[in-house]
Formats: sequence, C-alpha cells, structure tokens
Amino acid sequence: MSRHSEPFWWALFSSGGTLAALFLPVLIFLIGIAIPLGWIESPGYEKLSVLIHNLPIRIFIFLLISLSLFHWAHRFRFTLYDGLQLKHLQTLIAVLCYGGAITGTLIAGYIILMISST
Amino acid sequence: MMPENHNYSKYHPKWHRTPIPIFWWLHKWVYIKFISRELTSIAIAFFAIVLLFQVRALIEGPQAYSDLTETLNTPVSVILHSIALIMVLYHSLTWFSLAPKALVVKLGKWRIPDRVIIGLNLFAWILISFLIGWLTVTL
Repeated sequence: MSRHSEPFWWALFSSGGTLAALFLPVLIFLIGIAIPLGWIESPGYEKLSVLIHNLPIRIFIFLLISLSLFHWAHRFRFTLYDGLQLKHLQTLIAVLCYGGAITGTLIAGYIILMISST
Repeated sequence: MMPENHNYSKYHPKWHRTPIPIFWWLHKWVYIKFISRELTSIAIAFFAIVLLFQVRALIEGPQAYSDLTETLNTPVSVILHSIALIMVLYHSLTWFSLAPKALVVKLGKWRIPDRVIIGLNLFAWILISFLIGWLTVTL
C-alpha cells in the first residue's frame, strides 16, 4: 500500500493521525455544526477565553493543530505520488507538503504559545 | 555482438514500464476506498486551520470572536464542516482498524489480539468525545 519509509515524518504522521482520530470528530461537530445550528449553546467568550489562557490547554491545542497538519502533509504527499502518479515531482511535492505543515506549526506556535495573558 | 566496453550506456533505453493511467484508482471499489481514506487527511488539515482561527479569535478579543462565530454560522460553513465531519469519521474508523498493525503489544509471548487494540481505541475515542461534549454543555 503506502510506503512510509522515513521514520521521522512517519512518527509525526502517526501521532497526528491518532490525535486527530480521537479529538477532531467531536470538535468538528461542536464547533462547526452543533453550536452554529443552535443545538448546543456555546460556552461564551468569557469562559472560552479563560480556557485558552490555561497553559496545558494551549500546549495541547498547539500539538493538536501541528500534528494534524503533519499528518495531512505526509499522507497527502504519498497520495499525490500514488494517486495522481506525480512521482516526477517528488521533491516539489515533499517541500510543499512538509513546508506547509512547518509553516502552519510556526504560525500556530506564534499565536498560541507566545501570547501574553491579559 | 556485445561491446567489449560494458560501461558504455549512453544510449541505453529507458526500462519499459506499463504506463499507469492517472485514474487507475477509479477502476475498482477497493481502490476508491483506499484513495478516499487517504484524502480524509484534507479534512483534518482543514479543521486544524479552523481551530487555529478559533484560537486566534479568542486571543484577539470579543469582537474577533463574534466575527468568527458569524462566519461559522453561515450555511456554507456548516455544509463544509458536515462534509469534513464525515471524512474525519471515516479517518477515525479506518485509523483504529489500522492501529493493531502499527502497535504490536506483547505480554511475554502473548500478543494482544487486534480486536482488543481496536476496542481500546474505540473506547478512548468515545470517552474523550463524551467528556469534551459534556464539558462544553456544562461549562
């Protein structure tokens, strides 16, 4: 099936996949569907703001975002190889995929970990 | 007649490989399922970015947060998230069934059976989802 030969990227891919598998479904349901449709009431800005200033939670959300991006990067890279037969664009695809994940991680790190609490 | 200089290869032709059509994966249901499974990663990246916007809005202030809430309240956003939810659910279910292949746990000589690993993952998934949902409603 898919070749996952580089251990470093594979480790990021698999931890991202596990975190995403466990946490994303309920979050998508709440944030993207249930709260907008009014099925569930949003906790409100104040409470969520308190939550986001809690360091362990910030670290966790940072990891969730970053590792999800690396999961996408590794999987999408190989999907382009095998799915679209784009093997001749190997380096470009790898750079765009992992580069995208790294960029997202840096942005997430800046936003989430470098804020000062008000 | 073989040339004596075996290093001579300037005009060696490319090895023949049967050209694979770009839409090879549409030929069989098994292939379609495979590619669909791999493409679920797009939904994961999509929502990771939504989460990032969410955190940024919370940090920036009430105005930014209510702007984001307005964006999330649109039909387009709900439809996109619904599609993403289906894809991420497919990811979760297929991921857990793959977990035993990646995670081989042995107690002495006895290897924990696949079903148990899958079951533990499913249990953790349901527990986490329930906890987050419950926290959201009761907060």
